[in-house]
Order: sequence, then structure tokens, then C-alpha cells
Amino acid sequence: MTPAQVLALDPLLIDVDWGVVGIVVLKVVVAFTLLLVSVLFMVWFERKAVSDLQNRIGPNRAGPFGLFQTIADGLKFFMKEDSIPDRADRRVFVLAPYLAAVPAFLVFAVVPIGGDFSDGNRGVIRIFGHDTLMQVADPPVGILFVLAMSGIAVYGIMLAGWSSGSKYPLLGSVRASAQMVSYEAALGLSVAAVVLFSETLSTNGIVAAQVPWGWNLWATGLVPFVIFLIAATAELNRPPFDLVEAEQELVGGFNTEYASFRFALFFLAEFMNVVTMSAIIVTLFLGGPAGPVLVGPGWMWGTIWFTVKLLGFLFLFVWFRATLPRFRYDQLMVLGWKVLIPLALGWFLLLAGLKVADGADWNPIAVVAVAAVGLLAGYGLLASALWAARRNRELEGEVSI
Amino acid sequence: MGYLGGFWVTLRQIGRKQRKTRPYVKDEGGKRDKPVRLHGRHVLNRYEDGMEKCIGCELCAGVCPARCIYVRGADNPPDAPVSPGERYGFVYEINYLRCIHCDLCVEACPTEAITESKLFEFSFTNRQDAIYTKAELVVDDAGLPQQLPWEDWTDAEVVAPLTSAWMRATSPSGDARYTGQVAWSGELGFGVRDPEPAQADSDAADPVRGAHRASTPGAGH
Repeated sequence: MTPAQVLALDPLLIDVDWGVVGIVVLKVVVAFTLLLVSVLFMVWFERKAVSDLQNRIGPNRAGPFGLFQTIADGLKFFMKEDSIPDRADRRVFVLAPYLAAVPAFLVFAVVPIGGDFSDGNRGVIRIFGHDTLMQVADPPVGILFVLAMSGIAVYGIMLAGWSSGSKYPLLGSVRASAQMVSYEAALGLSVAAVVLFSETLSTNGIVAAQVPWGWNLWATGLVPFVIFLIAATAELNRPPFDLVEAEQELVGGFNTEYASFRFALFFLAEFMNVVTMSAIIVTLFLGGPAGPVLVGPGWMWGTIWFTVKLLGFLFLFVWFRATLPRFRYDQLMVLGWKVLIPLALGWFLLLAGLKVADGADWNPIAVVAVAAVGLLAGYGLLASALWAARRNRELEGEVSI
Repeated sequence: MGYLGGFWVTLRQIGRKQRKTRPYVKDEGGKRDKPVRLHGRHVLNRYEDGMEKCIGCELCAGVCPARCIYVRGADNPPDAPVSPGERYGFVYEINYLRCIHCDLCVEACPTEAITESKLFEFSFTNRQDAIYTKAELVVDDAGLPQQLPWEDWTDAEVVAPLTSAWMRATSPSGDARYTGQVAWSGELGFGVRDPEPAQADSDAADPVRGAHRASTPGAGH
């Protein structure tokens, strides 16, 4: 039997082009390596930048400018004793770090990290005689895949806290799941605004729709971007939304009982999520790798623009951490449910109204006026509901807020 | 600026030359001067004639909150006494895995036998090294602490002369001439250090700290 005959058992595998398979494998390996290297860089960058912002020095002993600090820390993690608490649910305890780390890897697969988007190109590059995109996969569900993966990542944190058999991790994971579920809604609604404009879910399509300067940042009117940024910070459990691992209250949060390689996986997942979430913001709102080609090949400039934009957001997250103090838990919930979700929903309806008006040749000013009246009425209802709820609590003798 | 003002506060820290923390200058030759009252590792002092000051009374072991000191006294051999009194410290061990450098042992010592040096850079790799014995703690003939292999002494010429940190209490029951001042006991090889001025005078010389003290209730006592 020839290989072709063996493969012929599955009709999908007839006439496999090994060049395509090779390119896919290459892209997977490159994306994996890039992400790991960028995490190494991010950990160092975070520590160095936050110390700059706080008038400190930061790591400076391991290598030039402390560059090898992360490697030293990583080596230390692997040398440490790996312990599982007696009261832990062993299988879930072992599984949880992977549930946190694997989705973080997978999200990066749909992010376009380069490619030439100028002159009507759609980011296609030629490599070994094949046309391909500079992203591991471009599924039609695109951005929904990102939301799904960040939904799975909640399980990693939740199960880690639950299976530890210890109370502080449990409290941390309860907070984490509540927080991530709350902000997922605002995150999804601001993504919906982007999808409304791009008319596609594919990440490549979203980037192509923003070429050259029609960035969703201003096309959607800045509000979805701000909401996405805030909700993304909350999704990442980063300061000022790091109640999940509030040291003063919860020791280490959901990862308190973890040590060695398993803790390293959580740590890795956390920083990978920062990198991928920044990459997704760049893709959704800042045109991803799209940008002017100055000199040399276009695909190279795609990667350069992408890196520059990415670095900006990485710095922004560090800046948040250096500047903002942690939210109280009720403030977190108030911001999520009473501010961000209504605002995202209202803005989405406004954009949808404008979109319909654009297609039907209605007077845009009249549409905005009607929408404003409708949204104000909605806001009034919401405000009165909030007022009534607060009044009820006061009448019941609870502490006034 | 309200909520956003803080972003500017943090951003303008970037690139500042003067940092609140300063680098550990070990490799750049010369470390910073230590504060006069820094609590480093202990030394066991001796008199000018070479006699040990320790009399094995175990007060230091009794007062130690970390229980890191182990002392066993013994009667002085009549023909070759180790200390001037009746007894001497036969075994003296300090476990630096436990010591918190609170200096209570130094205050408890009736003969100023144990004091703390300015040495704090010592990292050992096993438990045996962490327990300093009497042979390692006692000062040499010049009054200097002994250097152990794992101790970093790159600024020895600055640190070593300041081995002792025994302050004489300024309570009314002490020396009347030094009321309100911090006096220092005599040290083998270095004699007596000048007393520090009274608190009110040092505050006057350093207005910033003085103002801070005045505004902090309960401070300065």
C-alpha cells in the first residue's frame, strides 16, 4: 500500500499539499516561540517600566539592565518543590493551570501579526510559493473564538481556586469568576460595535476594513475602545482590577496553593493574556499591522507597525498598574454592571441606528436626535431603577451606599 | 485633572536621574556609609588586656525574642581566666537563620560584651554556617570582627572601625553629663567615640527631620 492509498481512507487527506502542511507547522512554531519570547520580554518590561514610573530602579543584577531576570525566575520555578495540598482535588488541581495557559496560547493564533495591507492587499504574503496570511489561522468566526477562549480561561482560575481545598484561593476564584463574567458582557458589546462596522468576524477582515486610516478607534466613536480597554483590564485581572489576587486580603488569590511549574504556568498565562489582549485591541481598534510602507518590502512594515502599536498598549497596562489603586469589590461591580454595560449597549444601539439610516438614506441628524431621546429615556429608566433599589436598601435599614 | 491627574504624576517620574532607591554599588567600588546605629551581625567584645567581656550570665539569651542565642557559662579556670569575673561564656552561639537584629541582647548585656557591627552582607548555604560560634563572634586583638568566608567585606576599611554600636542609655540614672545625649562605650582598638548631641540640638541642625518629629505625636521620645 502506498501512502496515498492509506490516506485515501479519509477523503479529506487525498492530495495533501505537503508545502501547505509545512507552512502551517512553521507558523505554529513561530507563533508559539514569539509568544513565549514576548512573555519573557513583557515580564522584564513590566518590572522595569513600573519601577521607572514609581521612581525606583527595578531588576538590574541579572544581565545587562536585568534582562535575564525572567530567565532566572523561570529557572527558579522549575527547581522548586512541586507540592499538592492534602485537601486538594488532585485531578482538577493538576488540570487547572493548563486550562489557564492553553487558551492564552490559542487566542494568539487568530491575531494577524504582520502582512502587507497597503494598496488593496489583504495581508497575503508569499512563502515557498504559497500564499498565506501572517497569522496561524483565520477562521470565519475570528473574534468570537477570542471571546470563547477568554471564557474558557475563567475555568482555569475558578477550578484552581476551588480545587485547592483552601479558603483564600476559593475566595479569589469566586471573585475572579464573578468579575470576568461581569466584564465579558461589556467586552462583547464593544466588540459588537467593531463587527458592525467591519461587517465580518474574521480578524483579517477586520484589519482589512480599517485600511489605511479608517481605524475603528474613531470610526466607532472612541467609546467602544475605552469600554474595551477597561473591560480588557478587568478580564486580565490586572490593576486596578486585581481583586482576584489582592495580596492584602487573599494572600495570593487563586494561585496561593500552587508552586513550581504549575505556578509558573499561571504566571505565564497571565502575561500571555496581557500580550494577546493588547494584540487584540490593536487588531480591533488600531488597524493591526496596517500602516504606511516607507521603504523596503510591505510585509516587513506590517510587523513593525504591529509591534509599535502593541508596545504602546503593553506600556499602557503597566502605566495603569503604576498609577491606579485597586477598586473595592462593590465599586468593581457598580462600574461593570451600572456603567459599562448600559453605556456599551446604548452606544451599540446608536451605531446600529446610524448604520441603518446610512443604508436607508434617512436624515442622519434626525436619526441622532431620535436615538438621543430614546437613549435618554433608557438612561432615565435605569437611573430611577437604581434610585429605587438604593431607597429600598435604606428603608430596610442597610448601610447606605 | 481629577482621576487622570495621577497618570501625569507617574509618567513624569520616567527618566529622572535622582531615584528614591539607589543601585547596590558593590561592583562600582565603595558602598554607601552605613547609619551609625545600623544593626548588623554581632561581635563579642574584649577588654584592652585581651580578656573577654562576656560573663556567661545568659541575659542576652533570656531577652532574645527569636530565641536565637544559646549561652552556657562556666567557672573561670583560676590559673588562666578568660574573663575578669567569676564566670565566662563557655559556649556562645547565635543562629542567624533566626536572628532579627533587634539589638535587645545588646541592651540586656551588663558588661557591653555583645554589640552589633555594621556587617549585614553574609549569605551562607548551609545550617552549620548560619550558626556563628563563639570562636567566630569574638573580636581579634585589634578589636575588629573576624571575616568569615561567606561575608562580603568589600568596604571593610569603612565598616570595620564602626564595629560596635553600644549606646549608653541617657536615662537620669546614667551619667549626668550626658543627659539628653547619646554616649558610646569604649571599644578595644578604637577608644571612645564622641557623644551625639541632644535630640533638640540635632533637630535644630536638621530642620526637615525636626519638623517631621514635631508634627508626629509620640515621636522623639
